[in-house]
Amino acid sequence: MVNKMRESIIMKIHYGTALAAVALVAVHILMRLTQNFAESLEYSSVIANYQFLPYAGMLEIILILLSIHGFNGLRVILLELKQGRAYEKAVSYGCVAAMVGLIAYGSRTIIMVNMGMV
Amino acid sequence: MTQVSSIAEGQASTPLSSSKSVTLRIARYNPEHDSERKFMEFSIPYEKWTTVLEAILDVKKHFDHSVAVRYSCRQATCGSCGMIINGKPRLACFTKISELDSDVVTVEPMNNFPIIRDLAVRFERLFDAHHKIKPYLIRDDSEITSNEKEFLQSPEEVEQYIQFSNCIKCGLCNSACPTMATDSSFVGPQALAQAYRYVADSRDKGKDSRLKIIDESHGIWRCHFAGSCSQVCPKGVDPAMGIQFLRGYLLGFRS
Amino acid sequence: MKPIDENKEGIGGMINPRRYGIERVAYLFMRLSGLGLLAYFIGHIYETSSILRGEVGWNEFLEITQTNEGHALLAIVIAMCVFHTVNGIRVMLGEGGVGVGKPARPDYPYIPASQNAKHKIGIYSAIVLAAIATMYGLAVMYGE
Repeated sequence: MVNKMRESIIMKIHYGTALAAVALVAVHILMRLTQNFAESLEYSSVIANYQFLPYAGMLEIILILLSIHGFNGLRVILLELKQGRAYEKAVSYGCVAAMVGLIAYGSRTIIMVNMGMV
Repeated sequence: MTQVSSIAEGQASTPLSSSKSVTLRIARYNPEHDSERKFMEFSIPYEKWTTVLEAILDVKKHFDHSVAVRYSCRQATCGSCGMIINGKPRLACFTKISELDSDVVTVEPMNNFPIIRDLAVRFERLFDAHHKIKPYLIRDDSEITSNEKEFLQSPEEVEQYIQFSNCIKCGLCNSACPTMATDSSFVGPQALAQAYRYVADSRDKGKDSRLKIIDESHGIWRCHFAGSCSQVCPKGVDPAMGIQFLRGYLLGFRS
Repeated sequence: MKPIDENKEGIGGMINPRRYGIERVAYLFMRLSGLGLLAYFIGHIYETSSILRGEVGWNEFLEITQTNEGHALLAIVIAMCVFHTVNGIRVMLGEGGVGVGKPARPDYPYIPASQNAKHKIGIYSAIVLAAIATMYGLAVMYGE
């Protein structure tokens, strides 16, 4: 699947995720500044954020966008450093696997806290 | 191995009244029997107008005729004498020693090109990449078979691509490119700029086929607009501009 | 048959920013900040999962971050994030052909139009904004 995707599609996704992430990460950071910085990081404030569904949804979207953008960037750097069919396949599939793994791990945190399973 | 030699009086190719001299360090390497690159040093007198190529030819004439160097026109037209001069890819015939502002001038073969010997490098990869992007007008008819006498272009249409047609295939851009430094499969700024030269030509109908060729994992997307290719181009081709315009077609900024 | 040595500059050539102006420096910083941010992102996802261990786990994580080293790391992350974002927008526009000049007949001394003031200002703005954001971040972190 990875190898069949045209590079222009992958790069459009790379740029699209970047632009979307800029907006949402800005919101995520600004939320820390709505209260006193130290207060906003207190356990109860953070739990309240997670349990507010739109905010949890936003975190999930940021997780997906930045995982895609970050691991695709890593894939590009690694592909430029060394070439060869086996290596390129390993890099591409490895980055997709890492992307999926990170999204799964982060989603677990978001979903469990949102559902009050802490 | 270093060897410091000076031109004896009576043998000098420049007027004896010159009191300025420069140390010319030439990289010597023969892949057939050398394991690593060595430098040989020569003290060469120079004038305000002396080019690096002239200094190298002075070395060949008076000290070591075995220095391998490729050159031809001596006027920045043929693109033969590209080399690394004091760390930067330049044409030896187009670089004056005086403009380098240094007592030592180091010349090495261009990076990212296999070395034949000393300063001469192989150009097969550049030619293959250039050939890959179909460097010719693609259309069904021709000036022989069509009803028109020739394919007309307005001056404005010519302005769109004329700067990119100035490419002399010297390879300096490929040598400067950070992606070419590590990626053996990258097409390179020279080929991409030439792809744009033809796409921008109003007589050409092969835009889609060329875009398809460069839309691959080691094609246009491995350019990151570092701009080093344009910094070193001796003919004002500005390959970075052409590449970004070409990418604009793929991104939807141009149609 | 012996494989031909391609005489590639290698990673040293890729990361050497010295010879070609601020655009090459920006390319290098973009790569370094991207890798740094990816590393931080992975660490951030891992560390924030400590909330699953309840208030005790969360406070343990907070203690690590609220040290001088933690603040310094976050300041570097802020700098990388702002630079990567602002320069990324400049690169995205440039890569679409925006602000790279117009084709014209070249004339000596062959100054490339794509390496123009607009993009240089974009790069310097990214650096300056990153510095300002870092100072603001440090003020917020140490201000309490």
